[in-house]
Amino acid sequence: MEPVLRIDALAKHFLLHQQAGVRIPVFDGLSAQVNAGEAVAVTGASGRGKSSLLKLIYGTYRATSGAIRVRNGEEWVDVVAAPPRDVLALRKSTIGYVTQFLRVIPRVPAETIVAEPLIDRGMDPEAAICRARLLLDRLNIPERLWHLSPMTFSGGEQQRVNIARGFAAHFPLLLLDEPTASLDAANRQRVLDLIAEARQQGSAIVAVFHDEEERRLACSREIPLDRGEGSGP
Amino acid sequence: MNAPAYNFAYLNEQTKRMVRRAILKAIAIPGYQVPFASREMPMPYGWGTGGVQVTAAILTPDDTLKVIDQGADDTTNAVSIRKFFVKTAGVATTERTSEATVIQTRHRIPEMTLTEDQILVFQVPIPEPLRFLEPRETETRKMHALEEYGVMHVKLYEDIAHYGEIATTYAYPAKVAERYVFDPSPIPKFDNPKLDNCPALQLFGAGREKRIYAIPPYTRVRSLDFEDHPFEVQTWNQPCALCGSRESFLDEIVMDDKGTRMFVCSDTDFCASRRGAA
Amino acid sequence: MNPLLSAEGLTKTYGARIGCRDVSFDLFPGEVLAIVGESGSGKTTLLRCLSGHVAASAGRVIYTTRDGKRAALDEMSEAERRLLMRTDWGFVHQDAREGLRMGVSAGANVGERMMAVGVRHYGKIRAAAADWLSRVEIPEDRIDDSPWSYSGGMRQRLQIARNLVTSPRLVFMDEPTGGLDVSVQARLLDLIRGLVKGLGLAAVVVTHDLAVARLLSSRMMVMQQGRVIEEGLTDQILEDPQAAYSQLLVSSVLQV
Repeated sequence: MEPVLRIDALAKHFLLHQQAGVRIPVFDGLSAQVNAGEAVAVTGASGRGKSSLLKLIYGTYRATSGAIRVRNGEEWVDVVAAPPRDVLALRKSTIGYVTQFLRVIPRVPAETIVAEPLIDRGMDPEAAICRARLLLDRLNIPERLWHLSPMTFSGGEQQRVNIARGFAAHFPLLLLDEPTASLDAANRQRVLDLIAEARQQGSAIVAVFHDEEERRLACSREIPLDRGEGSGP
Repeated sequence: MNAPAYNFAYLNEQTKRMVRRAILKAIAIPGYQVPFASREMPMPYGWGTGGVQVTAAILTPDDTLKVIDQGADDTTNAVSIRKFFVKTAGVATTERTSEATVIQTRHRIPEMTLTEDQILVFQVPIPEPLRFLEPRETETRKMHALEEYGVMHVKLYEDIAHYGEIATTYAYPAKVAERYVFDPSPIPKFDNPKLDNCPALQLFGAGREKRIYAIPPYTRVRSLDFEDHPFEVQTWNQPCALCGSRESFLDEIVMDDKGTRMFVCSDTDFCASRRGAA
Repeated sequence: MNPLLSAEGLTKTYGARIGCRDVSFDLFPGEVLAIVGESGSGKTTLLRCLSGHVAASAGRVIYTTRDGKRAALDEMSEAERRLLMRTDWGFVHQDAREGLRMGVSAGANVGERMMAVGVRHYGKIRAAAADWLSRVEIPEDRIDDSPWSYSGGMRQRLQIARNLVTSPRLVFMDEPTGGLDVSVQARLLDLIRGLVKGLGLAAVVVTHDLAVARLLSSRMMVMQQGRVIEEGLTDQILEDPQAAYSQLLVSSVLQV
């Protein structure tokens, strides 16, 4: 299968100017490759070092050095060096990201949050909402909640909305940060099913799983992170 | 004591030249407000000093002058201004529109169609049609220069929104030669059609605001409106009580305190001619 | 694809005092750029240079018109620039009174741009005004009311409607939620966000409020003392600020 993601000699550290210039290293010299249809787990020191890798791939964190290349059609885009415009285009069409916690925009209904990636790609809003509802239903979010903002949902419900949003549109590369945390057994299984289906459709998955068992079930391979000084931010 | 000697028509010749230059510019750019150095006149601002200065600049000893105020020759203002020119220019005067070569008017256009040999001089209070919506002179000058007249239609829109129709009944804005929007002075909108394609030269003088503008003969003057609210003139249910005219602008005269009214032609000469001919 | 708006070395000085210095960026259709900074950072000066309200001391602003031609703002005639500001561009002022005609009705305010470009049918103008008022969630029966009778939030929404009626491609906003109550702010931000996305507008939003930047923009520029000290993706600057001043700004935001 074809590679979708290539990480070359990636290094990341934080420099905290407001705290006397403290330098916090995260990792150094990281290289990896992920192919279409693969699911790879990021493992290593506990804490947000693993989340940092996902954020670096998505462009939310800025790498200190190295390259993160993502295949977009026939071209490769280096997230580290690309102008913001190109990264935004990648996020729309190529890289999906399910964050650890749903960032709630108040007053926006759950079904709209889930439909947004589809609408961004030009899908008819009504059709997008339809598809969103199917996903919410599949993740066991009751219908009476669909038009409500997730502000008042439980942690588990919020996370399921977040997951639905991540899986609504097809992404060649999907980043999942603790997708099953705060879910009960039944819902966890549903998420694993979604991951399997996405893989079958050719998506490459890079995920962080806290639970070893799920990691084993979902992923075929690991990217271990170096143990840097301390656990990193 | 010797009586003071006035130059012909009161203004000295250099001043007349200055006013004439402004008039020439105004004729060259129809509807454009030309600034001029308005002089101190022996009547206060608001009493027709602009019109008087224009008339004084164009009068010749052979002219016959008619002066009207709201269509009438016999109101105080018309009488005073006519006397002024008799005293300072010694020109012949008349109340008959057909006999006049220069007609100075406040707030009306004579009913009778004018000829190429006549000049109509309007007294103008506020020459700037955009002033009510845009108080800055710097901005209104730019708007005229760049032909930015959207705000004029805003005013008309407001009228329709509030009153169901365009409520402006006098000083109705019009576009001259498809270029400048101008204020025709507080003539009733009934008179606006007469501005269009008129054989006579029409001059406008504002003394306090120090502006002169002009409509050359046979110039297109189009009153502003909306496609679905076209420009309309006033109509009356009854004819003139004195001469029976159904085509002229009628004044409403209250006869008693029981509500009796009479409608009479505002243009006194027009009414009298009709009665004379009948 | 050509950028919609480009700034090249844009500088504005007031004698020895620096308004903004050497600002360069490209903005593409559909992008929202937030310019954040504290008072005196030069962000409002920059916005005024970009929108043609003020002439720059050095550098250029280049705009791509609807027919695809690129034109520098300072090379346009005043007529062209003013036409651009009335049709292709919108400008939402912090104080709605500066962006509205307070003396005429809401409907006239929204319809003015249409009348300015030659629409001469009262019915159509009124219908378009009513449509836009509903899109900014102003009750239709307020169409004939003067903006004096509107609340601050309603005035802001009216200002937005007034700007959007000619389908501009680029909207400049100067602290669009400044001075409004928190709940009113929230509603307004939702509206702006929805409209910008729905209409595919490009926008430059000046704000000192990072939460507003987070909600509205995909790209951000941080200004300090007239200079751009960091720029990039909004979420990147807010979560991984590199410059010392950016870190200070981000860490200063109170968490609710």
